[in-house]
Amino acid sequence: MKRVYAREEVCAGCKLCEVYCATAHSEYPSSILKAFQRQETRPVARILVEVDQPLTFALQCRHCEEADCTQGCITGAMTKDPETGIVTNDESRCVGCWTCVLVCPYGAIKRDESGHKVASKCDLCSNNDTNPICVQKCPNNALIFAEISKGGD
Amino acid sequence: MPISMQLPDYLVDRDPNRCITCKVCVNQCANDVHHWDKDVDSVIAEEEKCVNCHRCVIYCPTHALKIRRNPTEYKENHYWNSSTIRGIDRQAEGGGVLLTGMGTDKPIPIYWDRLFLNASQVTNPSIDPLREPMEIRTYLGSKPDNVIIKDGKLIKELPPQLVLDAPIMFGALSFGAISLSAVKSLAKAATDCGVMWNTGEGGLHRDVYEYGKNCIVQVASGRFGVDAEYLNAGSAIEIKIGQGAKPGIGGHLPGEKVGEEVSKTRMIPVGSDAISPAPHHDIYSIEDLRQLIYALKEATRYTKPVSVKVSAVHNVAAIASGIVRAGADIVAIDGVRGGTGAAPLRTRDSVGIPAELALAAVDSRLRQEGIRNQASLVIAGGIRNSSDIVKAIALGADACYIGTAALITMGCRMCQTCYTGKCNWGICTQDPKLVKRLNPEIGAQRLTNLIHAWSHEIKELLGGMGINALESLRGNRLMLRGVGLSETEYRILGILPAGE
Repeated sequence: MKRVYAREEVCAGCKLCEVYCATAHSEYPSSILKAFQRQETRPVARILVEVDQPLTFALQCRHCEEADCTQGCITGAMTKDPETGIVTNDESRCVGCWTCVLVCPYGAIKRDESGHKVASKCDLCSNNDTNPICVQKCPNNALIFAEISKGGD
Repeated sequence: MPISMQLPDYLVDRDPNRCITCKVCVNQCANDVHHWDKDVDSVIAEEEKCVNCHRCVIYCPTHALKIRRNPTEYKENHYWNSSTIRGIDRQAEGGGVLLTGMGTDKPIPIYWDRLFLNASQVTNPSIDPLREPMEIRTYLGSKPDNVIIKDGKLIKELPPQLVLDAPIMFGALSFGAISLSAVKSLAKAATDCGVMWNTGEGGLHRDVYEYGKNCIVQVASGRFGVDAEYLNAGSAIEIKIGQGAKPGIGGHLPGEKVGEEVSKTRMIPVGSDAISPAPHHDIYSIEDLRQLIYALKEATRYTKPVSVKVSAVHNVAAIASGIVRAGADIVAIDGVRGGTGAAPLRTRDSVGIPAELALAAVDSRLRQEGIRNQASLVIAGGIRNSSDIVKAIALGADACYIGTAALITMGCRMCQTCYTGKCNWGICTQDPKLVKRLNPEIGAQRLTNLIHAWSHEIKELLGGMGINALESLRGNRLMLRGVGLSETEYRILGILPAGE
């Protein structure tokens, strides 16, 4: 499946991907200002820029072939779509037990306690076709959305 | 500590209605201007550190930032103006030579803007370059006094020539002064566009040997990175005598910029200062220069043209004549507006002469002496756009170097603080966290776009004049008219006033 890959050699560590990801997954996905100023709680990014200068890269869910989070989920909220391979969390079923946070080997799942407690993670902007928002908005082309056979899992 | 008399040059305007405290400005400013203050839950600025490089302005996702010149007025004084007072303040507190970067920002007369090109009307047809072929390919090198043709074929062997698909080359920007990302951008773009890039005096990094075919390798007074393999890796060799930003001055790359890669490429120990002497200590005369030119030709078995680059100084015409007679295939003249990574401010702003006058003087002199064909003439130092290039060609240049324009293309905002090594755009720095901010693929693509755009414009301007080959414009000063110049300037430029 196509995944988002980081090219750390050109990552400027600006964290704009976090801003755009948080906006896209907010109540106001088309406006950064509204997302950050009108939503009651600060929008949460589902991508995280790891920084240990000069090393920086953006990390998000790897959508593992055998995802520990789906196996650990106690309510069946976390599932992997058999067709697209995208791992998503059904927030209506999630009870915020954080088992997925515990088992994720990449630390790619965050806690979102803005509403009822849910696990927040990359949904590849819910498609496997067009580029996710982080890839579209990276100012230095440091993120690519591609099918690469080796790695990723 | 006594109070500083220096005011911040710029003010940072942050629109509180737009700032979302994402801290992108905080993490992008290498000058540490922006700080997150958690006590007041907002981002604040230390404005005295701001150099107006626009990194934060362009990266701010909500356009919350503007940088303004500090509006605080000094007592009005035409002679003792604010930049003069600020210069004295800096030296009163620092006690050193004033350093700066890029080319001079002083209001030196811009002759390009006083020159106007001709166009065809009624009596001769103009040419539409979108419908008819236009030739802007350029050959740099010594041209023979005559040609011998037998059975329709040229039988006299030509001296080695550099072939350019457009009369544009990237000027000498050394690895060390600029980052490897910037070097890679230039090298790839030159290769993709069929033009040349220039190593400067920084040697040739292993990663860019593959772009050697489109590279001019420089031999400067420090001889950094020079060996037989290096000389043969490029398509031409350039002996750097001087540069327009700092004629008569050598170079100094501080030891902290000499990391592992720069060290290997320049062939000097890690952490050692790379000092280029002001003169070449084996060149004190034209005869000495001839020795080096021929030593380099021998080393490359006479397969590559040798260029000699000098700053435009008072007697540049006589010097150029000597350079041609010494056996150079290309003479490169760098005018007073030429840029640099670091130069003493007073030298940059006051030493040398404008490229336009130097070019006209050199071309005229070489023609008068009947040796113009023996070398190509390359002009540098402040070429801003395609019409500057067309005017330079009409004044007598064969091709132009662009340095500053290329840096701007890669993201440079001309903040003139290259010498600090904190270039926020990843161009003029060796700091690994800054270097990776310039993606060479993006840099190369932008440079390629620029060369293509300028090539189109050059063809348009040529077509308007009814000329379909750049060669027909070279030294064709009848295609130029001037406005608002003195008799002496018209004489030196060899052009007529508009209306005559």
